[in-house]
Amino acid sequence: MKWKNLFKVAFKSLLKARLRSLLTTLGIIIGVSAVIIMVAIGEGAQREIEKQINSLGSNLIVIFPGASRTGGVSRGAGSFNRFTMDDVKKIEEESLLIKAISPIIRSGGQVIGGGTNWNTAIYGVSPSYLEIRDWELEYGEIFTERDERARSKVCVLGSEVAKNLFPNQNPVGEMVRIVNTPFKVIGVLKEKGQTAMGASNDDLILAPASTVLYRLSGGRYIHFIYASAASIERIAEAQEELRQIMREAHRLNPGDDDDFTIRNQTEITEAASESSEVMTMLLGAVAAVSLIVGGIGIMNIMLVSVTERTREIGIRLSIGARGSDILIQFLLEAIVLSLLGGLLGILISIGTIYALNEYSTLAAELNLFVVAIAFVFSGFVGIFFGFYPARKASALNPIDALRYE
Amino acid sequence: MKKVIETIQLTKTFFLGDVKVHALRGINLTIYEGEFVAIMGSSGSGKSTLMNLLGCLDQPTSGEYYLNGVITSKMTKNEYANIRNQNIGFVFQGFNLLPRTSALENVELPLLYDRHGRVKNPIQQAKDALKKVGLADRMDHEPNQLSGGQQQRVAIARALVNSPSLILADEPTGNLDSVTSVDVFSLFQELNDNGITIVIVTHEREFAKYARRIVEVKDGLILDDYEVKNRLNAKEDMARLKHDESVVVVEEKS
Repeated sequence: MKWKNLFKVAFKSLLKARLRSLLTTLGIIIGVSAVIIMVAIGEGAQREIEKQINSLGSNLIVIFPGASRTGGVSRGAGSFNRFTMDDVKKIEEESLLIKAISPIIRSGGQVIGGGTNWNTAIYGVSPSYLEIRDWELEYGEIFTERDERARSKVCVLGSEVAKNLFPNQNPVGEMVRIVNTPFKVIGVLKEKGQTAMGASNDDLILAPASTVLYRLSGGRYIHFIYASAASIERIAEAQEELRQIMREAHRLNPGDDDDFTIRNQTEITEAASESSEVMTMLLGAVAAVSLIVGGIGIMNIMLVSVTERTREIGIRLSIGARGSDILIQFLLEAIVLSLLGGLLGILISIGTIYALNEYSTLAAELNLFVVAIAFVFSGFVGIFFGFYPARKASALNPIDALRYE
Repeated sequence: MKKVIETIQLTKTFFLGDVKVHALRGINLTIYEGEFVAIMGSSGSGKSTLMNLLGCLDQPTSGEYYLNGVITSKMTKNEYANIRNQNIGFVFQGFNLLPRTSALENVELPLLYDRHGRVKNPIQQAKDALKKVGLADRMDHEPNQLSGGQQQRVAIARALVNSPSLILADEPTGNLDSVTSVDVFSLFQELNDNGITIVIVTHEREFAKYARRIVEVKDGLILDDYEVKNRLNAKEDMARLKHDESVVVVEEKS
């Protein structure tokens, strides 16, 4: 039998049972669209995380206290596992590949101002912090080196804080009390939105590092050091230079492990996207299971169809169809069904992804590779699950098939 | 004259569980080109089994079957399929048309399975076959829109469409009323007059008289084989029946 005729016969049979064909493909439609949509949501989330980490700042290098590897042995307290202003000063003086550096001292508490109060985080940073993070000011200005040396009680409000304490007004020049210490507002940051980890970059107050260190936190220790490499190409070199300076500052002997960890932006991005990649894979795997279930649905219906159409098969055999003609007809029906389901699933998923991006906060990114894989896979589902019923149909004896009631 | 069918000691044995059933116990039958043979017998006589063997729908247990001089007993399944497609037109008691499929498509079906590339225009060929059986105006009708007689005509058209050398009909009028049956037989007689070899299974003696030769089968053997004397003409019977009907209608009116 010619291929053209085989297709004709398969299509006609499917069209004769339109509702059943549609219901049969429903499993594949749902499976394919689930795979594509799940992967799209996963990848959208991943892309979003990467975008936000990249917005941390240009050429960012972060130094955390504590070793990245402890080698199974606790280093114990008393070793240099925290940073001081001396570390920052030493880097500032000796480094050639760093264009800006800022300590971070985290504090927090109740802030009173404008007749109301607000609980927020207070960061002690150096004036170059804005440059490191690529942040901009909405109003006023950032504090200076002189404020830093004088431990001036000045601060820059995040947009969220400014909005809550001084709604609809420019707070520059106003006074706020941070944990009972009066500070003068000299600037307001531009709104930036959420970070990748869900914290707000707007709900915070920046103040000179020395002021926070000595007037608010009452300690000697710095929580992190943020630095900006002179250029993105030399970020690895800068990282190594920082390591050597820090080892010297902490008087580590050769062979000692680092008592700090240095990460650059790329490494942070990788760590974050790795976890979301795992999530994407999980989502895709769950969706793939539904695709297989859809395939079993096709097999189920095709098997029922073989029984139901035994007489039809008998008629075809009696007028000269070969077993292979019947096999190919049923196989083609299964493949056409599953490919049709795949196609509809792709259309539905594209529509859903568009709707998600347009009308919801979820970001979804269509992956054409996954679309192709899902389509090809749905074809294989048709072949795989269609083969057994088709085999069964083709093995019938014309007399037995005709007598079947 | 050319032998269309020749069987030598054809047997067929079925197994129903452990019980052996000898449906055919050695059939020797020769049918020549242009014959119109009626095979008769009571139910269980083996006449349908014989038909299935002659139609290459089933394979004999032993014996030889020559169709157009070619031995078929040792053919493969695919060769059987080819013979069914090319050389034999089979008409069933239950019509066996594809449901929800137009008459034209039903008739076209054997042509779709043609492997010899001799079909140039299957739709035209199917239309011609339907015209031959007088259903030119019913081509788009599906089986459930046709009367029993019309369905059997579609089935006959399907059997004719590949211009086979032999038409086999297994109780073709079994599901039809007597008037329609005569009508179908008139079609068979017309086809036979045009030179097509026809073999029909029937258990009604009056219909068998439309054939030229009667073969009686009993218990898997040929009991009798003779020429029909006083052969009936289905077309004349049909005209008479129609006349009677109109007389009945006129009588009712008066």
